[in-house]
Amino acid sequence: MTAGPDPEPADVVVIGAGVVGAAIARELSQYQLTVVLADAANDVGTGTTKANTAILHTGFDAVPGSLESRLLRRGSGLLTDYARRAGIPVERTGALLVAWTDEQERALPSIIERARLNSYDAVRHIPVAELYQREPQLGPGALAALEIPDESVICPWTTPLAYATEAVRAGVRLMLGTPVTGAQAWGGPGGAHEGHLLSTTRGPLRARWVVNAAGLHSDRVDAMLGGDGGFTIRPRRGELIVFDKLARPLIGSILLPVPTAQSKGVLVAPTVYGNVLLGPTAQDVDDRGDTATTAEGLASLTAAGRRILPRLVDEEVTATYAGLRAATEHRDYQIRVDATRRYACAAGIRSTGLSASLGIAEHVAGLMCDAGLPLRPRNGSVAPPVMPYIGQAGTRPYQNAGMIAADPDYGRIVCHCERVTRGEIRDALASTVPPADLDGLRRRTRVQNGRCQGFYCAATVAALMAESPAGGPASAAGQQVTAGHRR
Amino acid sequence: MNVDVLIVGAGPAGLAAAVELRRLAAGQVLVADREQQPGGVPRHSAHTGYGMRDLHRVLTGPAYARHYAAAAAGVGAEIRASTTVTGWDGAGCATLTSASGVETVSARAVLLATGCRERPRPARLVPGDRPAGVMTTGELQQRVFLHGERLPGRALVVGAEHVSFSAMVTLEHAGADVVALVTGLPRQQSYAAFALAALARWRVPVWTSTALRWVDGRERLTAVDVADTRTGAVRRVECDTLVFTADWIPDHELARTAGIEIDPGTLGPAVDTSLETSARNVFAAGNLVHAAETADVAALGGVHAAQHIAAALRGGDPAASPWAKDPSQASGPAAHRVTVTVEPPLAWISPNAIRFAASADAAPVAPPRGRFLLRSQVFRRRAGLEVRQGPRVLARQSTRLIPGRPVHLGAGWLAAVRPSDGPVLVRLADGRA
Repeated sequence: MTAGPDPEPADVVVIGAGVVGAAIARELSQYQLTVVLADAANDVGTGTTKANTAILHTGFDAVPGSLESRLLRRGSGLLTDYARRAGIPVERTGALLVAWTDEQERALPSIIERARLNSYDAVRHIPVAELYQREPQLGPGALAALEIPDESVICPWTTPLAYATEAVRAGVRLMLGTPVTGAQAWGGPGGAHEGHLLSTTRGPLRARWVVNAAGLHSDRVDAMLGGDGGFTIRPRRGELIVFDKLARPLIGSILLPVPTAQSKGVLVAPTVYGNVLLGPTAQDVDDRGDTATTAEGLASLTAAGRRILPRLVDEEVTATYAGLRAATEHRDYQIRVDATRRYACAAGIRSTGLSASLGIAEHVAGLMCDAGLPLRPRNGSVAPPVMPYIGQAGTRPYQNAGMIAADPDYGRIVCHCERVTRGEIRDALASTVPPADLDGLRRRTRVQNGRCQGFYCAATVAALMAESPAGGPASAAGQQVTAGHRR
Repeated sequence: MNVDVLIVGAGPAGLAAAVELRRLAAGQVLVADREQQPGGVPRHSAHTGYGMRDLHRVLTGPAYARHYAAAAAGVGAEIRASTTVTGWDGAGCATLTSASGVETVSARAVLLATGCRERPRPARLVPGDRPAGVMTTGELQQRVFLHGERLPGRALVVGAEHVSFSAMVTLEHAGADVVALVTGLPRQQSYAAFALAALARWRVPVWTSTALRWVDGRERLTAVDVADTRTGAVRRVECDTLVFTADWIPDHELARTAGIEIDPGTLGPAVDTSLETSARNVFAAGNLVHAAETADVAALGGVHAAQHIAAALRGGDPAASPWAKDPSQASGPAAHRVTVTVEPPLAWISPNAIRFAASADAAPVAPPRGRFLLRSQVFRRRAGLEVRQGPRVLARQSTRLIPGRPVHLGAGWLAAVRPSDGPVLVRLADGRA
């Protein structure tokens, strides 16, 4: 953890370690480049990435012809494959888009047509009788539905962690707790623009190229780096309610609303952790850190849930949270590369960043290559890391007799609600990208994410964190992770 | 592994049942508990007052827990701590995980004694930020009494029941300055002496008719907003710790995943007066069926269940397993039940049905301690309870109602219940008591 002046300029500094920034760093790590991935927060994926509906979208309803449509199609295919190799929990539940009003029903043909324009042909109209056969708990009054068989749910926490882990193992320097506070051009001999001199709370950082993947803060970073200023972030808050796992048998598929002029609507979706999620609301807010839930938001979700799946609201609520989407005044992604300034911007990713992340990363790297960044493949490829499995559909360590026989700590359940073992907590604390605090541990293991919210295990987990070198307060800020630091 | 009785949960109910089963020579008894030590919630409840009704002496929580763990082990029950019953396999066997591996246990009878927990903040849909420093009494007690944590700063307790005052004492013990206990109800629900002592000794008031409206603090808790429910006036209270107390929910996951019928009032498995659930030879006792009573009441429920389990095993086919769906596997004709329900503002009653033995002349089975337990949603200084079966009034009883506090209904009317006359209803007969 050195904080002195930066000796060698990095080829690329990626600002923002959300799912998009981590994906870009991972993409660049495959080439002969020195790469830094910096984030103001103490962990990867703590902004828009961590609090969303956790759906791996096909992109069937994107705006045809948009960059978002193209990168979403490409990215969701890449991520489906990557998730399988990296052990990221994914469940292909399919989605049912349910029409409750005549207006919504009339919109269904245009949604099928839009999906075709987005090169997705599998959307199918299903009659109301079949809908209730498939979803017997659905509230009364549905008129018709579309089936989107490839919509899936994914773990939004393991995904950026897998990218960052692969990147760090390939030599990327991950600098957490490192906000970038300023930037100026850094000139070479003869006044040529060589790159950027970034000011951070941990000293200056020189970079030949900078990638802006700062999510909710990307317009400010853009201004700092002298970008064209063509967009402004308008955070949109989405509140969500997570229901107990005992509610999971109530639904088979993701239940999507039909978007209308008035509202995008509320969805009900399974999570890969075996819960049921209800949300989101959509409210424009000014404060980029305002992830509070509101009485009005929770009440409106409960009312919507009662209509869509009446028995859902009788189940216990496990969590409520709010996420902020990095919306802009534009409908499409704001991705551009300035060859002269050696600056790439990947902003305005809104709510599809998780699904599109690998497509965005490939696209941004391609644009940077076209703009003169040499992309020479590294010798010896790095395979995706195999991440600890925290899904509900597959076999977890507590169920795995072989793992427990090899290491009894996988039989010592610490968090009873989520059935997280001492072995998994120990592994997370010693991982390539370790957690800096309890929230980080929760995202890596599901510990304390269950129905009791700590009634039984909070004290034990706090004690395990305190024992660990990663859990000490010193690492909460200014954490730097490199391959040599931790494996 | 095969045992005669598998008990899930080594709290007061489970351990007391184990002691009684061994005393009655009911065979091999295995008690599994997911915590590292047997004893249940009393392990981390440092105050005294445990053991009055069952042991006829007064102990602290930890001493009470140790007493039962030693007693159960002493009579030859096998107690396995750090062992989680994770579910049921298709054949009616339990699946257990521990450091020694994954194991399947087949039992002739099962007692579910998994207790209850307090609803945490998310389940109460309290809006605002999600800072650290917000917890339940269960978490508070473990932090303070099992891990020795200090909690300096100002604290607010949500709730004004017995457990809320217990949380206040724990907070004071941990170095916190308790600002108040807040309740949306018009009065506190504990003993008047507790509230007076809180005010006199610790200067902690109870704010009644006060609702929690907002939690503030991005990282650490900084303040909450509370509203006067009569005037709507909102004020901000700075605090560093917020403890949600009471609002109990049974830990019914294993009952639900077994497909056992759940009572809509208690939210625990529906049990008859023998404490058998809707699944044959699967019993439930303790705060799983009445969340939450004191430990001694839970323990006596465990003893009651044990007596009926022992009788079932004596009379039953040794090869019969729980969850036998095929009646030919069961021994003799099934027992007959008459359900018992309540009407608002009564919240629930436990047990949830009266059991009649199969023979037509058999007497109804009495509930644990010869009484039914109820809860009310409202305060009444003097209320009349009325027990009806169809048009017939079986009994009337005068009682005092306090939300969260037990109401006892004697079972002297059981003999008047007719097995074929439909459900028994317990309701308030206002002004006629």
